[in-house]
Amino acid sequence: MIQGKISRISGPVVRARGMEGIKIRDLVQVGDLGLLGEVIEVKGEEISIQVYEETDGLTVGEPVKSDGRPFLAQLGPGLLGMTYDGIQRPLEILRDLTGNFIARGATGDPLAKNKKWHFIPTVKVGDSVSYGDIIGWVQESPTIKHYVMIPESVSGVIAQIKEGDYTIEEAVGLLKDGVPLKMVQSWPIRRPRPAQRKVPTSLPLVSGQRIFDVFFPVPKGGNAIIPGPFGSGKTVMQQSLAKWSDADIVVYIGCGERGNEMTEVLTEFPHLEDPRTGAPLMNRTILVANTSNMPVAARETSIYTGITLAEYYRDMGYDVALFADSTSRWAEALREISGRLGEMPGEEGYPPYLASRVAEFYERSGRVICMGRGTPEGVKPSDSREGSVTVIGAVSPPGGDFSEPVTQNSLRIAGAFWGLDARLAYSRHFPAINWLTSYSLYLDALRDWYVSELSEEFLTMRTELMEILQKEDEMNKIVQLVGKESLSDPDKLLLDVARTVRDDFLRQSAFHEIEAYCPPKKAFYMMKAITTFYAQCQSLLGKMPYSDVLKLPGWEKISKMRYFPNDNFEVQCEAALKELAQEGVVQSA
Amino acid sequence: MTTELYAKAHRKIQDIKGPLVFMSPVADVKYGERVVIVNSQGRKKSGQVLEVGEKAIVIQVFEGSDGLDRKSTAVFFTGDIVKLGLSDDMLGRVFDGSGNPRDGLGEVYPEVERPITGSPLNPVCRQQPKAWIETGISSIDMLFTLVKGQKLPIWGGPGLPLNAVTMQIARQVIRQSGEELVVVFAGMGITSREYNYFYKEFQDSGALASSVLFLNLADDATIERILTPRLALTTAEYFAFDKGRDVLVILTDLLNYANALREISSAREEIPGRRGYPGYLYTDLSTIYERAGIIKGQKGSITQMPIVTMPNDDITHPVIDLTGYITEGQILLSRALDRAGFYPPIDVMPSLSRLMNLGIGEEKTREDHRQLADQLYALYAQGKELEKLTAIIGSEGLGTFEKRVLKFTRRFEDEFINQGTQPRSLKESLDLGWDLLAEAPRGELRRVEDKHVEKYMPKREGVGAEA
Repeated sequence: MIQGKISRISGPVVRARGMEGIKIRDLVQVGDLGLLGEVIEVKGEEISIQVYEETDGLTVGEPVKSDGRPFLAQLGPGLLGMTYDGIQRPLEILRDLTGNFIARGATGDPLAKNKKWHFIPTVKVGDSVSYGDIIGWVQESPTIKHYVMIPESVSGVIAQIKEGDYTIEEAVGLLKDGVPLKMVQSWPIRRPRPAQRKVPTSLPLVSGQRIFDVFFPVPKGGNAIIPGPFGSGKTVMQQSLAKWSDADIVVYIGCGERGNEMTEVLTEFPHLEDPRTGAPLMNRTILVANTSNMPVAARETSIYTGITLAEYYRDMGYDVALFADSTSRWAEALREISGRLGEMPGEEGYPPYLASRVAEFYERSGRVICMGRGTPEGVKPSDSREGSVTVIGAVSPPGGDFSEPVTQNSLRIAGAFWGLDARLAYSRHFPAINWLTSYSLYLDALRDWYVSELSEEFLTMRTELMEILQKEDEMNKIVQLVGKESLSDPDKLLLDVARTVRDDFLRQSAFHEIEAYCPPKKAFYMMKAITTFYAQCQSLLGKMPYSDVLKLPGWEKISKMRYFPNDNFEVQCEAALKELAQEGVVQSA
Repeated sequence: MTTELYAKAHRKIQDIKGPLVFMSPVADVKYGERVVIVNSQGRKKSGQVLEVGEKAIVIQVFEGSDGLDRKSTAVFFTGDIVKLGLSDDMLGRVFDGSGNPRDGLGEVYPEVERPITGSPLNPVCRQQPKAWIETGISSIDMLFTLVKGQKLPIWGGPGLPLNAVTMQIARQVIRQSGEELVVVFAGMGITSREYNYFYKEFQDSGALASSVLFLNLADDATIERILTPRLALTTAEYFAFDKGRDVLVILTDLLNYANALREISSAREEIPGRRGYPGYLYTDLSTIYERAGIIKGQKGSITQMPIVTMPNDDITHPVIDLTGYITEGQILLSRALDRAGFYPPIDVMPSLSRLMNLGIGEEKTREDHRQLADQLYALYAQGKELEKLTAIIGSEGLGTFEKRVLKFTRRFEDEFINQGTQPRSLKESLDLGWDLLAEAPRGELRRVEDKHVEKYMPKREGVGAEA
């Protein structure tokens, strides 16, 4: 135990003396209240601590203690369904302890200590095990099995292991050298959890949102950023993705979020059904909530806490999706703390190490061959397993200006860019993703999946729709000058088809019962309907006046397709396609 | 805020700079502690400890450092952080920006005392707001509905009727809520003319008896503005969560607040962020704005309407920008509409209520509300684009459809936005919305479902049919 005394207090940064032997990033307890903090600077005899709680009332000379270890996330069964703050304090338990408002110095165990879990071993006495090996599992939630893994720097031969009911702290088994095997382990959050190696990503994270699944996909293990000015629908989009994406586990970090919006997540997630299993969505979700008025240092930490939890489930062989809303709030926390330390500022007052911090964070995403042996399906003890963490980070550029440092530094790293557009948001086109500026670098990696799951045609049609939208943009510039009436019929048709693509395909309501989730196959049918109808209209152009083409019932048919029920859309879509291919034939005949 | 009798006087001032006083160390001084400073003439000022160290203590003086010297000025440490005494008797009273009575009616005997910084509300204890508030203003009710427990700021450049629009909304809220409502008003750096306006409005609306006013006028000490909103919100939390009342908090003007914060920051020689505002402006503002909402299983609510002047009509100004990232939407006033003589000159496109969807729809407002709002927005946005286009090419090149959209746009501004001071019921607003939509061909109305069109769209000859 290292013990010293407070020498200076200035906002969330506290300085202390007499802490010989303390290391950067060690966890300390500050003052008589034992406020938690982290060492961020060592300067001669004096150290600087970023305190996770308000420092009002602290005084010079109060004790500072540390056991010389960094902040450790507690990992074990019982994480799913929990809501933590940035330093993994369970918020529901804090409520029971300190009431509606969070009192300082309040602590609660991240994982229930006395809950019994039914442990089923998958290895037997005599097996030799090392870091990452699965030794058994417990049913953590009705749909998710929690695989118990050997922690780092433990290895040996199993001397004893038994099925039964255990708390997380009881030993489920023993190694020959007497080391007890427990279901809980801890991990320093700022250090990425290792994997054997990263592997290429080839499966999309299916989100049920057409703009992503079709135009700008992100694979399982990829990363994407969503920058956009306030009010452009970032939060709603992140939430739709969290609800609908086909990840096994969802970690949602509300970093500097609005209290009432966090409440929306906290209230709605428990009621939402997982579209695939029908079970409550919370069964596969962990929330990290550090609203804007909660202490800034804990906000900075929340990102790391969240990604460590995500990596832990990845290591079991799961596909994890992590949502961080918003990484700008995190970067601002970095800036604020850096300013309090009197560090020389870089661009726009952000610390010079912003770029490397952002890069480090996104690099923790990826698809990996996990450490250790044992695979989830039936747990084959000798095979290796794959898992992934997909990171989707919202960025809130001040004034919607994408040239600011956080957006730019994130752009350098992210594989997909979903650019939100205030103009689209103003006209209530949601999701307000600009199709001309957004991109995904993952299309090639996902080609095989599209071909095998949907069709060869998919990628050609995607290109065709994209071209229509590109041309529309160019055409609009002409229309600005000469007006729409003076365009030729094919050009008019292009504009009207482009509008259909925008309004009836890209636009998708997050609040409509059916629309909220669109299976990729249905999106595929809709694309096919639009391209088929476009071709049909083109063939009719010389044969009937354009005003008649506009009156074809096809336009409306396409706009209705989005509402075809998701469980039975094939039949209706096939029928619609047949009709569309015949549109206008009778009239012109 | 009294009592310094028991404390020992310290005369250890080293430097005085702007609103800050730097002292040699004093034992056991706490960070955030409240201090009382008495100068050689016996004039009292209040302050707060901003930094404690082994070498120096930094104090911010709320009334400014005028008249302080090194030698004879005495500093008393009260041993306590800044607190506010609260009681039911505060209703109907006017206080200054530090919480002292300003109306000459004597001290309030406190029932409880609370630290004015407040504590963050545990996110799991928040109740999702879902009761909408009828403001009587079509554009707000229809397009960005205010919800009880929301924080919805009003922005506009200097000279725009920010106060009038705020009070029009407040009046309506007061009328609807009746006895239950408590209005807490915090004026930071406002002129006495503005104050008189608000005072008279509260008086006329009959809300004065259930209001608490905290006032820091333009000629009062700047630094005091750091305290004023926190006093108001501590009061609001007391009435909402101790007494179970619905509380409407009006804060004006947050720009003055942020400028006071900047003043302290620069006196401390902190590294400035955008436009000289401190790097922690976002965190600081959030500790004000986030003090709104509803608690699970409790009566009472805090709805916040902060007013923020938008310098030079610049929506990217740091105070505006950061406000937008914390509050749940914004109501923006437009200079163009104001110049054209429209009232209320609300710029509907960038205005937004993030909690709207929680408060509207079947059984709350009406089933067609969301879709109708989306459609009005979409058509209006299209109309505004077309207006730009006609400015270049004239209306000659326009088709019938475009002309109809333009007509819709004109009527939308003339009738829907420009409603005057007379409140409209939601039904009137919704009906007017449908009436306007009838200007456009049905085929163009892609955001509204058929069932709503059939039920609500007025059937008139010649309109609504296919062009």
